[in-house]
Amino acid sequence: MSQGSPPGAGLRVGLFVTCLVDLMRPSVGFAAVKLLEDAGCKVVVPAQTCCGQPAYNSGDRADAKAIARQTMRAFAGCDYIVAPSGSCGGMLAKHYPELFADEPDASREAVAFAAKCREIVSFLTDTLGVERVKARYEGVATYHDSCSGLRELGIRAQPRKLLESVDGLRLVELEDSDVCCGFGGTFAVKYGELSGAIVAKKTDRIAATGADTLLAGDLGCLMNMAGKLSREGRQIRVRHVIEVLAGMTDDPPIGEGAAK
Amino acid sequence: MSVALTTPRFKDNVHEALHDARLQRAMNTAGNFVPRRAAAIERLPEFEALRDSARDIKNHTLAHLDLYLEAYEQRVTQAGGKVHYARDSEEARAIFLDLCKARGAKRVTKGKSMISEEIGLNHALEAAGIEAIETDLGEYIIQLRNEGPSHIIAPAIHVTRDDIEADFRKAHLHLPRDRDLSQPETLLSEAREILRQKFLSADIGVTGANFLIAETGASVIVTNEGNGDLTQILPKVHVVIASLEKITPTLDDVAQLLRVLARSATGQDMSVYTTLSTGPRRAGDPDGPEEYHVILLDNGRSSMLAGEFSDMLRCIRCGACMNHCPVYQAVGGHAYGWVYPGPMGAVLTPSLIGVKDGGQLPNASTFCGRCESVCPMKIPLPKMMRHWREREFERHLEPTPVRYGLGLWAFFATRPALYRFATNVATRAMALIGGGRGRFAWAPLAGGWTRYRDLPAPQGGTFQARWRAKSGAVN
Repeated sequence: MSQGSPPGAGLRVGLFVTCLVDLMRPSVGFAAVKLLEDAGCKVVVPAQTCCGQPAYNSGDRADAKAIARQTMRAFAGCDYIVAPSGSCGGMLAKHYPELFADEPDASREAVAFAAKCREIVSFLTDTLGVERVKARYEGVATYHDSCSGLRELGIRAQPRKLLESVDGLRLVELEDSDVCCGFGGTFAVKYGELSGAIVAKKTDRIAATGADTLLAGDLGCLMNMAGKLSREGRQIRVRHVIEVLAGMTDDPPIGEGAAK
Repeated sequence: MSVALTTPRFKDNVHEALHDARLQRAMNTAGNFVPRRAAAIERLPEFEALRDSARDIKNHTLAHLDLYLEAYEQRVTQAGGKVHYARDSEEARAIFLDLCKARGAKRVTKGKSMISEEIGLNHALEAAGIEAIETDLGEYIIQLRNEGPSHIIAPAIHVTRDDIEADFRKAHLHLPRDRDLSQPETLLSEAREILRQKFLSADIGVTGANFLIAETGASVIVTNEGNGDLTQILPKVHVVIASLEKITPTLDDVAQLLRVLARSATGQDMSVYTTLSTGPRRAGDPDGPEEYHVILLDNGRSSMLAGEFSDMLRCIRCGACMNHCPVYQAVGGHAYGWVYPGPMGAVLTPSLIGVKDGGQLPNASTFCGRCESVCPMKIPLPKMMRHWREREFERHLEPTPVRYGLGLWAFFATRPALYRFATNVATRAMALIGGGRGRFAWAPLAGGWTRYRDLPAPQGGTFQARWRAKSGAVN
């Protein structure tokens, strides 16, 4: 890394904020902006809705394609498209090409677009070579590997590496951290009981670590685990990993109110 | 349907399974396939390369299946055996019953065979007054319990040792009541004692096949108990029942597939027994059956060959997908409601019984992808489950509220300006209602979520609205 000029200098990065962060937890979006700007990137936020995954995974290819086309158009002109989610990042980077596999022209466009898409922690570390962050967090944290980020994008070591550089934070490993939390998008509602049983195993594991904080890289999984932890009356703070990496933890944790 | 089908009521099955304390105890203590597999693969640096090679062998075979089937039949015939083709379960059962009738068979011993489960062979034999005896220990246990297998390689994984002791005491009434059945070893030796007499008096022995070798006409079974060998050697007639995608070109190919099979299944480098049988006993052979038959079952597989589910025909039935599946691990195999459970069952079942009856299974997945990541044949299981969902969507088979909700969501998601306005208003309203506690214990239309966990409340206002307000920029 050359001295003086940050690794992302000169890069125009489109933030694909994801519909869940957009709707439920804007502070994660601002954490993403901070991390990207700290790395020297010029961040833009084109008007956007969703990556189309709910339609794609429900067998509705036509709507998934319409949403994908709209997303690709909105982010034209960006050097990279970065999402604070392995699931949505995986949709953009891995599934868009698959979605258009039967349309040669659109397929070329989707492949070129996909090549520019990244999950944010992977973008900072693998693409920009960021090795540490300037942040402080008092607590013992454990980390859950969300499925798409782990298995579609190979994200495992990267968040742990950056978390090591956070002052005051001690990271303890979660047993079966690579096992699904039971979220699965619409699965969590369509098969609520099954999803609830799977997340109950996860919260047992989380509690067994003794950590006071749970971190992960996908808001859907985090809402699922936070919702189960609070239903079980367990006092564990739940946050998106980049809130901690950005040092932006003033907002209450997921599922906790300002009144608390 | 030959096997009691409860797949359409999958959700009820799940509910029952989750509230079955005995089953949950069994599932929580069952095996340790996951760490064993991981350790076996750790010991074999070329495992990833072997997966590629295994996938390529099967892809090649499936692309030329007609040629290899002909070659295989020729070799079996040359070795003195006979190949029977069965289009469906009914034909397969009829062929088998004809063989029994011609030999006046009264007792049939069976090695472990999922295809015999698929065609419902035991019920057919029972109806014909023929005694069928499962000789694999797990299969023997579930036969006593009048159940089907709940796992493709560990059929009795859903029962505890205490259950087995109770089953044995109920079934083996001729043995002393004060005998010790507290150890796995004592249970095993009791089963062995009983089965040994059956082996010697059986008229026909049935096995499945892990592979059928086109080059030699041999059928291959891999087992850990040796019961398969006794099943196929001792009776006068040996019948192999297998589906047609078991064909593998050469012995060398089989040797490669074996290197990924046991490691993926049980974490063994090799299973204890790998047994090849080629035709009936030849002059000078010390043992073997007088007759050797192969029933090759299609049951819809040939129509899978050309379509988007052809990858599924690479499956070598190791069970790694279910061992690593959060859904299977939560509810066990019987909840899937037919023969094949877990991710492989979620793809295969709709192919074999139709998406109308089997469609619940490919929907009941979080798409966590762990199954695909451990599949030795690199079968894209989540992708194929998604294909089934597409078929359902095309045919309007999903529940109306789901389709309606999805349509409404898509309406907004494809109209960014309207979406931004509506979501900003909605999240502000939700934050006002739930923001104090930061979560909802109940929310309209989200009962599937809030019955089992809280729903975190939104912070209020969307990111996009806040960003625009903050930066004043339109970019």
